Amino acid sequence: MKTAKVLTAPRMERCIGCHSCSLACARLVHKRLSWDTAGIRIISSGGLSTGFEAKSCLACNPAPCALACPTGAFFQRKGGGVIVKRKLCIQCGDCAEACPVDAIYLDATREPFVCIHCGQCVVYCPHDCLELAEVVVEPSTEKKAEEVVS
Amino acid sequence: MIRDHFRILTVDLAAGKGKVVTLDGRDTEAGGSGLAALLFDRYGHLDKPWDDPEQPLIFTVGPLTGYFPLMSKTVCGFKSPYHNQYGESHAGGRSALSLRFADLDGLVITGKADKPSYVSIGSRHLEVKDVHYMWGIDLQRSGKMLRKMIGGAGHRSIFRIGPAGENLSAYACITVDTYRHFGRLGGGAVMGSKNLKAIAIQGDGVFHLPEGKEYAELFEEVHKQLTTTDMMDKYHNLGTPVNIAVLNGLKALPIKNLQQTTDPRIKGITGETFADDTLLRNTACAGCPVGCIHIGFVREKFMKPNRYHYRQVSYDHEPIFATGSMLGMTNAFKVLGIMDTVEKVGLDVMSAGVALAWATEALEKGIISEKETLVPLKFGDAEGYEEAIEHLGLGSNDFYRLLAQGTMRAAEHYGGEDFACVLGQEMAGYATGEVFFTSQALGFRHSHLDSGGYSYDQKHRKKRKVKEAVDFLVKDEQGRVLLTSMVACLFAREVYKDGLLADCLNSLGYTTLADNMQQVAQHIQKLRWRLRLATGFDPTAVNIPKRFSEVTTWKGPIDPKFLKELKREYAKRILQLGKEEKG
Repeated sequence: MKTAKVLTAPRMERCIGCHSCSLACARLVHKRLSWDTAGIRIISSGGLSTGFEAKSCLACNPAPCALACPTGAFFQRKGGGVIVKRKLCIQCGDCAEACPVDAIYLDATREPFVCIHCGQCVVYCPHDCLELAEVVVEPSTEKKAEEVVS
Repeated sequence: MIRDHFRILTVDLAAGKGKVVTLDGRDTEAGGSGLAALLFDRYGHLDKPWDDPEQPLIFTVGPLTGYFPLMSKTVCGFKSPYHNQYGESHAGGRSALSLRFADLDGLVITGKADKPSYVSIGSRHLEVKDVHYMWGIDLQRSGKMLRKMIGGAGHRSIFRIGPAGENLSAYACITVDTYRHFGRLGGGAVMGSKNLKAIAIQGDGVFHLPEGKEYAELFEEVHKQLTTTDMMDKYHNLGTPVNIAVLNGLKALPIKNLQQTTDPRIKGITGETFADDTLLRNTACAGCPVGCIHIGFVREKFMKPNRYHYRQVSYDHEPIFATGSMLGMTNAFKVLGIMDTVEKVGLDVMSAGVALAWATEALEKGIISEKETLVPLKFGDAEGYEEAIEHLGLGSNDFYRLLAQGTMRAAEHYGGEDFACVLGQEMAGYATGEVFFTSQALGFRHSHLDSGGYSYDQKHRKKRKVKEAVDFLVKDEQGRVLLTSMVACLFAREVYKDGLLADCLNSLGYTTLADNMQQVAQHIQKLRWRLRLATGFDPTAVNIPKRFSEVTTWKGPIDPKFLKELKREYAKRILQLGKEEKG
């Protein structure tokens, strides 16, 4: 039985809005200083008094963003979510439009930023809101993923 | 963005236009406090009054803002309505990272808008918008309106004022992101005088980081120190309100307008009680994993039999002292109720609480009557204080309008100067002794954070050495002004020692600044004092009211002679500092 890791945010009610996770993702994964160019972005849900939400990839399978991508830059990841090949991206923005939870950020040049489920952000959360969960890879997914890649 | 100069946005409210200005000075004024002083020197008018439309309202961040944890504060510089001199106030929230991500080292607002307006900026936009319908609306309602009107939830900062700022109270605050404040010295009135209801800063820029391992490894090291050692425990745990019980035990907590320094009933408002009974959750400034902001709640029955509403209120040591012990309150929920009213009208909570403590004693003594106070102020009576706060914020009559210009202003008119607890501005929550009283009365911001006078009092119980104490105040101010030029949260001062600061600056390529930190700190300290003196400050004329000499702490009665000598020596040193810096 094959497994994969996916980033989850099961305890967001504990979030204090320090943005350490998104700053870590921008810094470590994307080598940038930014609130936006990150696979996980924290927003206040209607003012600080109502707490925070994490905008991040829910590891859809099949992923609407991968299905929408016309060039194969986004393709289905085993266990959910997508693998990104930046060189194939034509910055059309179709992926961001297809995402039902607004988890893909397009920068000023329309370059997309999405969670790659690497889990580097998890240790930076002081309140243990995030978790890198292990999921079973369904055989059908494996096949589908291979098809998309080829 | 890492750059060897400053990138400043100036906005002229009258024209509704802005300009991006490039300024030298990274290696000499660094940023934060230093940059604010540099900008006031350039855009400020020494001889014109604080509310002249040409006076600038300045916001600055520093070279380390956003690049390292707890580099999360913004400095606000302006000519203060409180004393008509140059001053600074600091705040966190998302303000600092928003400015950094808007690609700005500083924002300078000049002019006066035709109609009540807001300014909205980001890395790719600038807008001045008419919001006349929002004038007079309290901070909680206007916050909700602004959040809907301005995009970018979570990645923006909104500064706003309430009725107190619109009514030009000399201690109206600027509220930042609901729970933080540019609290002291009346920045809210400066916005009010400019017809400026709010400033929204969208942090939508993206920047490259230094290449190589040095920066990344140093970040990890700093983050580890801040999160896995016990250095930040105080702030993470009970937060600053841990001080209430400690100071009460030391007989150093100002109570009932400083008529007492300890109270056996203090348990009702200690940090422990606030945490056990009222704490809902914590929240953080952006870029700070410590999360020292403590949020409590007030629950109010507005209709029988069982209709309630509730609100969330942030609390800290200073608000608890000012609206709690200083007003004779012994119930945490009632204290939160008073704080909530202060939040609504947009006053500085410390000044508002201390002003009403004076008014209560003045009423007790028959110096003023209910004709002035409109409500029967009584120590321990929360309902009366909530009403009085509204009168103070709205300026309901001549008495409240004068009291809103400063407690001493009211005392000079009505009498009762001896027991006005004013140390430059209304006192902070430490009655630790002579060194703290001197430090706040003469300190640059008249803040308890200018230098650690309260700490010196506690560590030097028996010494009465004037020169040594003043040397400490001057040196400590210099260390702190370096941190507030980076701009660090001062709660991180035990972590960001000089060596680490230099490493951080070096990792970003600010090598000249890293090599000259001490000279830069000295220069900024002198520059700030030069501007303060040039706008009219006379440290030799500062009066410390009699009430402060009547205090008894755990060390015994205050020594009036020591206090007088400290004041004289510190005033002399301030004059020297200001004169050494050439304009």
